[in-house]
Amino acid sequence: MTPFDIRGTKRRQIKDRIFSGFVWALTFSCLIVVFIILFYLFEKGIGSINWALFTKGPKPVGEFGGGIANAIVGSLIVVVVAAIIAIPLGISVGIYQADNRGKRIAERIAVAVDVLQGIPSIVIGIVIYVWIVKPFGGFSAISGSIALAIMMLPPVIKSTEETLLLIPHTLKEAALGLGASYYHTVRKILIPTGMGGILGGCIIGVARIAGEVAPLLFTAFGNPAMVFSIFKPVDTIPKVIFAYASSPYEDWQRIAWGGSLILVVFIIILNTIIKLFENKWKVQF
Amino acid sequence: MEGTILRTENLQISFGDNKVVKGINMEIAEKKVTAFMGPSGCGKTTILRAINRLHELTPEAKVEGKIFMHNEDVYEMEAMTLRRRVGMVFQRPNPFPTMSIAENVISGFILNGIKLKTQEKNEIIEDALKKVALWDEVKDYLKKKGTSLSGGQQQRLCLARAVAMKPEVILLDEPTSALDPLSTAKIEDLLYELKGNYTLVIVTHNMQQAARISDMTAFFYLGDLLEYDDTKKVFTNPKNEKTQNYITGRFG
Repeated sequence: MTPFDIRGTKRRQIKDRIFSGFVWALTFSCLIVVFIILFYLFEKGIGSINWALFTKGPKPVGEFGGGIANAIVGSLIVVVVAAIIAIPLGISVGIYQADNRGKRIAERIAVAVDVLQGIPSIVIGIVIYVWIVKPFGGFSAISGSIALAIMMLPPVIKSTEETLLLIPHTLKEAALGLGASYYHTVRKILIPTGMGGILGGCIIGVARIAGEVAPLLFTAFGNPAMVFSIFKPVDTIPKVIFAYASSPYEDWQRIAWGGSLILVVFIIILNTIIKLFENKWKVQF
Repeated sequence: MEGTILRTENLQISFGDNKVVKGINMEIAEKKVTAFMGPSGCGKTTILRAINRLHELTPEAKVEGKIFMHNEDVYEMEAMTLRRRVGMVFQRPNPFPTMSIAENVISGFILNGIKLKTQEKNEIIEDALKKVALWDEVKDYLKKKGTSLSGGQQQRLCLARAVAMKPEVILLDEPTSALDPLSTAKIEDLLYELKGNYTLVIVTHNMQQAARISDMTAFFYLGDLLEYDDTKKVFTNPKNEKTQNYITGRFG
């Protein structure tokens, strides 16, 4: 007779295998989707990657060729300015949140950040349109940057807060115990120690906003000309993809594929950088 | 008391409704080692942290009464100035993980925004590391991270970090409780040597340690100071029954 404790072992082993197989199959199906998207994108996009795409502006309908140089520059301007606004602000809020856990105001900020993360990007675009674009009398790259900066804040705040909470409290005490000011403790101990996580959050934030088009429709708007000013409307890669992909012209659609590929490669590069940073900035306590 | 550096006046500390230190009056002698002993939760560490005002990081901590350093009320001083004069070594070694061994030694200067010339820097680093008997072990690896050292070495590095600032008082909160016996012995030797130049206040659970290295021993129990005398007297002829029971291992 089978002893009590191993009765049904066979059945449990079979169940176990089925479960493992199930998990594996679901994981695989996720990966396969990613790979199909990437494959399709490369297949369609690689043909339109040429020198002109990076160096030339748009051509009128009917004229073959042209590129998205103005949109690449515009995207860089809008995203970089957004990062310049969001990163210092987000890190500051994150530091405050990590240092004031449990306080009422910190809890309210945490809720606000969660809500902010859930606000549809188009709504942020409209709000910035009302707040900035209308009062200042026109579309501009800077208004787009502000809209994107708002979208970028939650990941930066959260990653800063979470990273700082992982730093042992004794490090802060050690710094303050040496007579350091709060400012120096934050700047020379907490931020360097948490650099990996903070930068990771910033990069996730940039990756999040780089592909956004909705908040830019009412703010940065679009501009077929090459512009280097933050006070003028600019084209951005996602906006060009949106406009060109929905156009009936084959040549424009080709350029839209090229733009998509550039965007995705950019995101892949950012993600690779995160992985590199994770190892390089890993701090051993 | 002759050569008193620290004096508390009816020191009471509470966390919320919980009073952990109940009116302590004591004087701590200059350039001596004073050991704080007693069972867990008796308020030793709390008093230590009140001396350099680190308790202020705990929002619900409240201090009543006074602590004087050379007749200056420490609660009227600038906290940053006070902490520069009163160094601290913690229970677990906590060198700054992003800094090299050398930077850790001079971290007090870095963190206070004090610029040092290269020569001064090297002198301070060498001097402090020699004082904690770490120089010979690390002099070829000064650029390596402080956290790459062993636990005992890290703790000596933390001691060097405190010593480099030339404080008048060094507070030690169970500095050897996370270390192996060999590293503990090394730290104890160091403390013994340092006491000529610094006032040391050490919280310890280890009675042998208190007996070995301290000049004065204070025995705390549930927030009260039960006995405070020469270490020899406390250990050979305690006046209080509780002290005797604790020392002989009957409780604690």
